[in-house]
Amino acid sequence: MKNNVIELRNVFKYYGEVLAVDGISLTVHRGETLGLIGHNGAGKSTLFKMMLGLIPASAGEIRINGTPVRGAAFRELRRTIGYLPENVVFYDNLTGLETLQFFASLKGCAHESCLPLLEKVGLARAANRRVDGYSKGMRQRLGFAQALLGKPRLLFLDEPTTGLDPEGIREFYQVLQELNAQGLTVVITSHILSEIQERVQRLAVLKSGKLHALGTVQELREEVDLPLTIRLRTVASAMVEHALQGIAVEALVVEGPNVTISCRRPVKMALLRRLATLGDSVEDIVVKEPSLEDVFLGYAA
Amino acid sequence: MIELAQIRVVAAKEFRDRIRNRWVIAVSVIFTLFALAIAYFGAAQQGEVGFRSIEVTIASLVSLVIYLIPLIALILGYDAIVGERERGSLDLLLSMPITRLELLLGKFSGLSAALACATLAGFGLAGLLLAGRIDSGALYHYLGFMLSAILLGMVFLSLAVMVSVMAKDRARASGAAIAVWFLFVLVYDLGLLGALVLSGGGFGEDLFPLLLLLNPADIFRILNIFSMEDLKVFYGLATVFPASLSNPWLLGSMMVAWIVMPLTVALWRFK
Repeated sequence: MKNNVIELRNVFKYYGEVLAVDGISLTVHRGETLGLIGHNGAGKSTLFKMMLGLIPASAGEIRINGTPVRGAAFRELRRTIGYLPENVVFYDNLTGLETLQFFASLKGCAHESCLPLLEKVGLARAANRRVDGYSKGMRQRLGFAQALLGKPRLLFLDEPTTGLDPEGIREFYQVLQELNAQGLTVVITSHILSEIQERVQRLAVLKSGKLHALGTVQELREEVDLPLTIRLRTVASAMVEHALQGIAVEALVVEGPNVTISCRRPVKMALLRRLATLGDSVEDIVVKEPSLEDVFLGYAA
Repeated sequence: MIELAQIRVVAAKEFRDRIRNRWVIAVSVIFTLFALAIAYFGAAQQGEVGFRSIEVTIASLVSLVIYLIPLIALILGYDAIVGERERGSLDLLLSMPITRLELLLGKFSGLSAALACATLAGFGLAGLLLAGRIDSGALYHYLGFMLSAILLGMVFLSLAVMVSVMAKDRARASGAAIAVWFLFVLVYDLGLLGALVLSGGGFGEDLFPLLLLLNPADIFRILNIFSMEDLKVFYGLATVFPASLSNPWLLGSMMVAWIVMPLTVALWRFK
């Protein structure tokens, strides 16, 4: 398929006797942002390294743009791939600009592209300062700039927002969104799940080396079928239980005027219609979908 | 296909690093000071002070350099790869369009250039200061000494890179580097000496010279001492080392082999 940027077919990785990746098949489409989540040791980093051709798969096939991730052809392809490893530490002796120029030389792109990139990630004023004086957030920004060298068409970002302050995180995703709009394909891991929840098209959940679930956030929610939470405030809180008679609720807690109900997705609309019968006595209703953390923990449990 | 441009990029960065953190200048100064001190005070134990002859100076320098250069080279190179691995930058480097071979060669050449620069500058300056007192023939020996010192440094740099590839972390790498130094600079010769004494000189004749060739530090010694007639006799080397094996080209080739072998092992183990 021409539109498949990454294709994994039945990929295994053994470290000696230990099975780190257990038969993963996965396709990432052009222009897609895929979130890769899983506990530590779930196989995320191993999968990342295999997709980058840093370690060979024990079995199975990995292709990027139709090219197997080894040999001379893939070497050329590397120029179009950006990678930001987790917790990378750059060379203290070099300035930010020199660091970028070093990687630009390796990637075969012009040094002139370095300063604009530093501007893009908000490091222009620190360009000529040595990296050992950089804060953690600045190093992370430098790493991001490095990943963007040579106008990549595919980005691998491993925990990219570690060490960034909220503003930095916002700016980071802003840049990412711009690039995404230009057709860039992104694979991203993050442990702050609520952060990538709204920013990825699909999620791949890894558990013990297996691809445990794959889909949009909505699909995963439905698949796991975690209860929704409905909070309402009503002067007629005592009436709520009566109004919901015959509807399967998971839990119902009344605290003064506040009522918290949890229910499964299929009964949501029926339940809301019943609540509507309470009429003007209802002051407020909030429907809370299970968060990605809930979905993720549901899978991981 | 090896891309020389990639090797050059890595080498240039390594070299610039050592210039910038003043490693090259510091080591140059150490070499100059030692060389001058040895030239003037090398004969002090014979009750003389002052410059005597280039032969004696080189002989003393050889003894010094055999300890010093391997140590400096090992310290310079032991974290070349394992350091990148610990920083997390190795994966990043290897995600670039560069092969492991190019990365290794780049690291090795950059560090070699720094060490060669320090050696040339340090001993070269000392040589210039002594130039007025020595004739052109002796100058030739001194040049040979500097060249072989660079080769010796590259051998131990190559060993250091091998250690750096194979070690799990920097601490282990530094331990292994020190072990390599002890082995080649101290233990090996003592072991040979012990074997000679125990066997009553029995296995000497044929095997002993070949065993000397298995130690790059000994090759360096032979290369420098053997080139000068006076010293050869003075050191008693002529009696144990056959002239057929003392061809400088052969010895030089052995040194080059000692550079290539550890690098080859390093590449093989670099996964």
